[in-house]
Amino acid sequence: MKNLLKKKTTRTDFLTYLGVIVAFVIMFALQQADMLKNSTQGMLVPVCCFVVMAVSLNLTVGILGELSLGHAGFMSVGAFSGIIAAMSLEQSIPSDLARLIIAIVVGAICAAIAGFIVGVPVLRLQGDYLAIVTLAFGEIIKELINCLIVGYDENGLHVMFNLSGKLSVENLNMTENGVAIIKGAQGAVGVDKLATFPMGFVLVMLCLVIVLNLVRSRTGRAILSIRDNRIAAESVGINVTKYRLMAFVISAAMAGSAGALFGLNYSTLSSTRFDFNTSILVLVYVVLGGLGNIWGSIIAAVVLYVLPEALREFNDYRMLVYAIVLILVMLATNNDQFKAMLGRILPKRRKGAAANG
Amino acid sequence: MTEFLNYLISGISLGSVYAIIALGYTMVYGIAKMLNFAHGDVIMVGGYVSFCAVFYLDLPGWLATILAIIVCTVLGVVIEGLAYKPLRQAGTLAVLITAIGVSYFLQNAAQLIWGTSTKSYASVMPGNLALGGVTIPYISILTIAACLIIMVVLTQFINRSKLGKAMRACSEDKGAAQLMGIHVNRTISMTFAIGSALAAIAGVLLCSSYTTLNPTTGSMPGIKAFTAAVFGGIGSIPGAFLGGILLGVIESMAKAYLSSALANSIVFAVLIIVLLVRPAGLLGKYVPEKV
Amino acid sequence: MKKRNVCAVAMAGAMCLSLLAGCGGESGDTADNAFKIGVIGPLTGDNAIYGNAVKYGAQIAVDEINALGGDIQLALKSEDDVAAADTSVNAYNTLKDWGMQVLVGPTTSGSSIAVASEANADRMFMLTPSGSSADITEGKDNVFQVCFTDPNQGTAAADYISENMPDSKIAIIYQNDIDYSQGIRNTFAAEAKEKGLEIVSEGTFTADTATDFSVQLTAAQAAGADLLFLPIYYQEASVILNQAKTMGFAPTVFGVDGMDGILTLPGFDTSLAEGVMLLTPFSADAEDEKTQNFVSEYKERYGEVPNQFAADAYDAVYIVYEGLKAAGCTADMSYEDICEALVGQITTMTFDGLTGADMTWTATGEVSKAPMAVVIENGTYVLP
Repeated sequence: MKNLLKKKTTRTDFLTYLGVIVAFVIMFALQQADMLKNSTQGMLVPVCCFVVMAVSLNLTVGILGELSLGHAGFMSVGAFSGIIAAMSLEQSIPSDLARLIIAIVVGAICAAIAGFIVGVPVLRLQGDYLAIVTLAFGEIIKELINCLIVGYDENGLHVMFNLSGKLSVENLNMTENGVAIIKGAQGAVGVDKLATFPMGFVLVMLCLVIVLNLVRSRTGRAILSIRDNRIAAESVGINVTKYRLMAFVISAAMAGSAGALFGLNYSTLSSTRFDFNTSILVLVYVVLGGLGNIWGSIIAAVVLYVLPEALREFNDYRMLVYAIVLILVMLATNNDQFKAMLGRILPKRRKGAAANG
Repeated sequence: MTEFLNYLISGISLGSVYAIIALGYTMVYGIAKMLNFAHGDVIMVGGYVSFCAVFYLDLPGWLATILAIIVCTVLGVVIEGLAYKPLRQAGTLAVLITAIGVSYFLQNAAQLIWGTSTKSYASVMPGNLALGGVTIPYISILTIAACLIIMVVLTQFINRSKLGKAMRACSEDKGAAQLMGIHVNRTISMTFAIGSALAAIAGVLLCSSYTTLNPTTGSMPGIKAFTAAVFGGIGSIPGAFLGGILLGVIESMAKAYLSSALANSIVFAVLIIVLLVRPAGLLGKYVPEKV
Repeated sequence: MKKRNVCAVAMAGAMCLSLLAGCGGESGDTADNAFKIGVIGPLTGDNAIYGNAVKYGAQIAVDEINALGGDIQLALKSEDDVAAADTSVNAYNTLKDWGMQVLVGPTTSGSSIAVASEANADRMFMLTPSGSSADITEGKDNVFQVCFTDPNQGTAAADYISENMPDSKIAIIYQNDIDYSQGIRNTFAAEAKEKGLEIVSEGTFTADTATDFSVQLTAAQAAGADLLFLPIYYQEASVILNQAKTMGFAPTVFGVDGMDGILTLPGFDTSLAEGVMLLTPFSADAEDEKTQNFVSEYKERYGEVPNQFAADAYDAVYIVYEGLKAAGCTADMSYEDICEALVGQITTMTFDGLTGADMTWTATGEVSKAPMAVVIENGTYVLP
């Protein structure tokens, strides 16, 4: 054990786990003791969802090295399939927890399938072309779900695509006991709020275990080698397509599970929630946290999800301040002059950084 | 048949606007190798400036356009200098996120300056030309003409002028260009200036065709134009033109004959197919990776 | 690489914390003995116009009530939800932290549905000024609406057309990615079928394609439509009117309450709206004193003519005020108690407001008031 912890990557991984566990224990204890503000309490589950999103996107962008601008699409697939699963099983499985787990698994599987369908063509491309195609797929998923009408009655699921825009829930021809689950443009309405903070924590931990173990495994080294030099990796016999697809699908599946949790946290959800801006938002978490840096993604996701809420006092200037903070942080972390200036102002920090690095 | 012609004309007109925006995108991309997501918001600023010039100052349309061009050019150069220039050595993703920050900033600043309510933009060129059953709005003719002129002038400029040559040199190899005595930073700033001036023209034409203006007016056309630029082969000027026109026509036809709910999806699906067949876009140069 | 990441996170964290610390102490203009009323709406982003209208309308009502100097004093706080359901729940929680006792909001339907289920679980009285979907109030006894529900409007519009223009060939253009528009269209189409009206063409658009309507208009024109039904908001309607004119297509245009506001759109050529008919509960040009006062006050403060969202919010605050007064509530009561008192009051009261006379509420939360059909002539609303 001691030897194991000497290795720097292992130490970082353990610290990441530890940090997440400690944060959860503190927040959970505060929640149980009813000492949290309502606003903080309301953000616990979505923060978990976006942490998972950031970790999963980091797998694509940071570890696989491919820019994806449509990650919210997979979240959307996971959210809506999870909602369908949870709501259609309402009669047969009374336990909330069981339904939540099933919903998350279904969400992950559906998103993985979507990831595979998208991944096969997309991963033939490179760089910015790949980025624009992921953006395109994200938008296509959004519009397709926007046309989806789903209902459930004792005869099973009724699914319909409202391509002409002229259909509504009535066209599903459900029996009297039928429940409309997704009403086209309106999205899912009347969703049971099954999501819980402990489940969010479990999901975060699960994703961490998957990603961290993947990265430190033989597979992970293959993926990293593809990121660093695809041609060299190919020349030593690594199956580039297989590993790229594998990373992409795992990333999509995790996004799907996060989506399912997110969807079941609110009583309504519309597909426009998962638009290009949401994809970009998650990308910002990943870039700000550091490419390939898992714990950086976690912290960035938490801080940046909370930031707009924390800026509520600024009223109209809220998003303007957010934008300025974003630009300044990017400048501060990527410009050498700026960094040198910061170093002069904060000599202590520089020493600390030197000791760390 | 007349319906088909009407759809075609509206598609070409829409495509011309996309093409002008895509020209700005593609120029900046070709030289700075960055996706300037704030480009769409510069369009919005151009729209607001010309709106204010016409609505509050009672200036004629052409003067308002010139004013918008001046403001946007300055804005483009300032954005480049403050936000992008310090990141010249940084990774592409850092620049991308900064561009997104700039985009948020412009949208929210516009909201604070001009308010949240939508403005109705009076077309700089109202009226239409009726040819049999086919009606062609004058603004469509103007848009298409403007697009063609801009494309020809820009091609000549890039190929013939000294600055154009410098731009091409920078786009090929910045280091070598610098060694040849080209002021790389100034060249990039000039590219942003030209791109932003085009954005201002696009803003006036876009708002004239679609008559509304709000702080997020530029975002969707921006994304579409980006798609158009990639479609035609990003970095290529004729490619941006072709991509824009095709995108507009496909969108219009998809809306008319397939499904208006999925019009955007169809556009994006065509893009995906094209990229799978030609990974560098229609007119893009495919550069094989050197080992 | 590593160092940079540490630095990035530290910077972001530091900024966040400093911002948090910098503004922790603000308490607003809350008097101790005032009822705390929360407003939620999109104050930034694409739909900011609606949220701000609601915020301003509510503010005017609160100031008027406070100026009366009665026992009931109100404190108002507005939170932004960028029209997203999850952000709206965050806004709701923030307002609860502030000590909100009554919720006037959210502004948009999607947000209202999400917040309504929270408010129902918490037993917070919720009165949405402008959330029009029937799903908001369904199954929730403490959630009420000020505006018409979508189904109501669609049916009313079809009834009006079948009474006054039964032979028209109707074309519909609607936005199929918002439930407001899709909902009205669905009930309109169903009722039109019932009444034997002829719908010759239907065109749809989404928020992403809301700039170019030439395709939908060409299709409507080719189908020989002479009445264009637009169950959409006025921004898109203004584009449609503009483009229809450019194309030389001049049908009778029939709108719903989302059309209100078109005459005050900055830069809009109001001659384009000549002859447009719409069903609206509120008209800024109404002659009565209440409306006149509200409109002039709103113009003075915010430099714009109020739309129906502002009027709905103004009414909502007064409805709450009347309810509190009649129930004899005091500001130190808990929100659960206030909720029970208001639920009892609102289902028995009759309210005259800017957006309708003799408004009453059913126990399901739906408002009952008469829609008013107006036609635009010489740039103002007149009764047909």
